[in-house]
Amino acid sequence: MELSLATRTVGEHTVLEVGGEVDVYTAPRLRERLLELIDGGARHVVVDLGRVDFLDSTGLGVLVGALKRLRTADGTFALVCDKEPLLKIFRITALDQVFPLHPTVEAATGAGA
Amino acid sequence: MATVRLSFSPAPVHVRTARLVGVAVARRAGVREDLLDEVRLAIGEACTRAVALHRQYGVADPVLVEMSDSGTYAVRVVDRAPIEASIGLHALDADELANESLNEDDLTTGVGFALLAGFVEDLQVRPVDEGIGTEVRMVWPLNR
Repeated sequence: MELSLATRTVGEHTVLEVGGEVDVYTAPRLRERLLELIDGGARHVVVDLGRVDFLDSTGLGVLVGALKRLRTADGTFALVCDKEPLLKIFRITALDQVFPLHPTVEAATGAGA
Repeated sequence: MATVRLSFSPAPVHVRTARLVGVAVARRAGVREDLLDEVRLAIGEACTRAVALHRQYGVADPVLVEMSDSGTYAVRVVDRAPIEASIGLHALDADELANESLNEDDLTTGVGFALLAGFVEDLQVRPVDEGIGTEVRMVWPLNR
């Protein structure tokens, strides 16, 4: 399935809903969208991975890039993910210790993410 | 003898095709259903790594993927990049991952290797027997 990207605002958070496959071919589009959001002034970004059915190292690299960019801009970055196969990827790569991970968008935006 | 052999020009768009073929052959060979996500991810990572190396070194040769199912499901992903470029892979810890000075390419390489090592119990990365390049060899048991 192709990559899908949709943005909405929840309070002061910008929520980017990602769907489909995030891989070496589609990750540049995710990177571009995140950069647009951050360059456009978004400082509290939540990426909702709820409809992602494939995520590889390239996609993870893009997410870490956004986290670092926001951190240097005094912003925050969080992920929403409740699928066990994806959570396993975060655990295996130790990225579960790098990203704030939340089960729902409500938890991510309400937790001051 | 490989059951299925696939070669593709080193472009990101073809990695998905390699993943789909790899999983289809795995399913047909009798790899357990609950391992197929890991097979898909691992073949994708190995092919992504090969494509990245070919592009980094300007190698236009195709990336080769061989799948065989004699006794086990074995997948070989062969690149033609200079060997010294491929050795020294290591997984990064959380502090390294979060380090500001680590660039995205290096991070992706480290994360990709962590995924391969984490998802494939029987994994080998070694120089090819003939010519330039390395092969990533991954083996999964068959449920039959």
